[in-house]
Amino acid sequence: MPNAMPEAGALALEIDDLTVAYNENPVIWDIDLAVPEGLLMGIVGPNGAGKSTLIKAALNLIPRAAGTVSFYGKPYERARRLVGYVPQRGSVDWDFPTSVLDVVTMGLYGKLGWFRRPGSRERALALAALEQVGLAEFAGRHISQLSGGQQQRAFLARALVQDAQIYFMDEPFAAVDAVTERAIVSILRGLNARGKTVLVVHHDLHTVSEYFDWVALLNVEVIAAGPTAEVFTPAALRRTYGGRVSSVQGAR
Amino acid sequence: MMPRRKRRAGDRQVALVMLGVTLLAALFFLLSGALFGLRFSYTVRVVALGGALLGLLSGVLGCFAVLRRESLLGDALSHAALPGVAIAFLLSGRELAPLLIGAGIASWLGLRFAAALLATTRIKADTALGIVLVAWFAAGIALLATIQSLPDASQTGLDQFIFGQAAAIVESDLRLIVLVGGALLLALALLWKECKLVTFDPEFAAANGVSSGLVQTALSTLIVVAIVLGLQLAGVILMVGMVIAPAIAARQWTRELYQMVLLAAVFGAFAGGVGAVISALDSDIPTGPVIIVVAFLLVMASIGLAPGRGLLWSRLRRRANRRRFAALYTLRALYRYAQAHGGASAPVPEAFLRGIGAGSASLGLRQLQAAGRAVSSSAGWRLTAAGIEQARRDQRNQQLWDAYRLHAHELDAPPLAEDRARPISELLPAAALARLERAADAC
Repeated sequence: MPNAMPEAGALALEIDDLTVAYNENPVIWDIDLAVPEGLLMGIVGPNGAGKSTLIKAALNLIPRAAGTVSFYGKPYERARRLVGYVPQRGSVDWDFPTSVLDVVTMGLYGKLGWFRRPGSRERALALAALEQVGLAEFAGRHISQLSGGQQQRAFLARALVQDAQIYFMDEPFAAVDAVTERAIVSILRGLNARGKTVLVVHHDLHTVSEYFDWVALLNVEVIAAGPTAEVFTPAALRRTYGGRVSSVQGAR
Repeated sequence: MMPRRKRRAGDRQVALVMLGVTLLAALFFLLSGALFGLRFSYTVRVVALGGALLGLLSGVLGCFAVLRRESLLGDALSHAALPGVAIAFLLSGRELAPLLIGAGIASWLGLRFAAALLATTRIKADTALGIVLVAWFAAGIALLATIQSLPDASQTGLDQFIFGQAAAIVESDLRLIVLVGGALLLALALLWKECKLVTFDPEFAAANGVSSGLVQTALSTLIVVAIVLGLQLAGVILMVGMVIAPAIAARQWTRELYQMVLLAAVFGAFAGGVGAVISALDSDIPTGPVIIVVAFLLVMASIGLAPGRGLLWSRLRRRANRRRFAALYTLRALYRYAQAHGGASAPVPEAFLRGIGAGSASLGLRQLQAAGRAVSSSAGWRLTAAGIEQARRDQRNQQLWDAYRLHAHELDAPPLAEDRARPISELLPAAALARLERAADAC
């Protein structure tokens, strides 16, 4: 299905013909995606569909075999400040010697620029972000003392201080309990309410319709992308997941 | 505020350890005069200073190597330096600077080769590094043997690069070490936050506009230069120990990167300086092994003794926890049983306590008795007034925690880490506590 055309207004993200290959096999293939500003968008697909790869390729973290990506019409190199990123929680060593406040402050390093040290202004911003995610009490703790859900919220706080326009979040709901999931959703909605565009790699098909305005169904290629009510259909899900999701939970 | 206070306690501990190591070093130098008849001649001072400076440098940069899990990389790098040393000798004789440049080039080529293997084949990183390590080292040994069989080069002393020899450090070497080492430390200080971020989370660094590739290259280069610089002292075989051991020891004492780096600097300087002096006693003692033994002792002492992570500490903490919970659970059992059998101060048969508490009952009873919370009588164990008071406080605290879990949201209570062993009344502000108490009483 072709990508639904966005309404008038800026495109926060535009991906054309993006292909990524490890060895010979393409991991994602000929991705076209146009995301208007201000959306809360889910990226959904089976394991190995290339969801994380899509995000990483968009952010220049892995080389592309082909294709272009632009943020607000600019290539990534000139749009770094506009882009925020929440990697998978498991991608770092949580025994690294640093405090929760330090990790959040890292979100400001890019803005600070070379050679400048974070000071009291940065500290205050980081504390405010920790407050927003309900971790203010944990500011001085070592990061290994956080539970999984708290680690995820610390990562979110780090993304909040980036104050970006478009956010990429890689499985923020992975292995967190129901309370944390609700807390994270409300943070995402808060970002969205301030006009930010948020793309979220997501696994739970039950909650897609509830959480996201738009959804992209991905399995190596983009199967469908657009307003959730239009594209999140049983037929599209079958084409994404094959016969494995026979009853197609959650889709209306 | 809590985090502030904790941080200062950590600072004090790190400062104490640094002071302790410094005192130990002073003691060593005093004793080595008396015990081994070592005279601190000019030469020995140069050797000691050189060893300490090199130890400091490799300790500091070793922190990043360890945190980036690049110990094997460091080992491969130092081994791969050997053929470079030999070739540089053939080209320009026994001058330290050209030898080290040769070492650096050989290491760099080895690294490029391993990277090429990784990129073009399915060989894994550890295997690729292993191949480079043995191949380059073997070539180096063969070249050294060839050089030593040359007619007028029998006294080159190049084999000192295999196990290291501090006695070979002369004043001009010291100048080189200070110059290069100073540049390394300056670069690290300037790039501190970038290095920290790239070490913790390289992907986020890249996505956040920090030129991740550039910083990673810079950091690797700093580590490589520190390794190459230390080769003459510790030798290619054991150099990696001088890089990782101070960092591992330092990591045990702290949870802050800058403290880890400071401590590793002190540990490294200690191992390097002491090792250099010991091996200077007799030219037959190679320096590398002595340094590594000293550094390993520091590692073992740190793993054993450090609060928080150390073995001694965790054993003590486990013991304290066992005692604390034995006392608490026995208190609760006494109180519950007595309440059900005629009132809080009713006697409780010891057999009952043993039945429910098994091994921990007598441990708990001993502590309650010592604290004046329970007394033994012919009818059984009885709670004293203080014991009853504590049992009630504990019960109330658990009620409040239950109410907190149920109602924290609607009561607008601040988020707390749920640690039920702590009194919630000390964790909440007065207004929130009052609301919580009303909620607890209502249910």
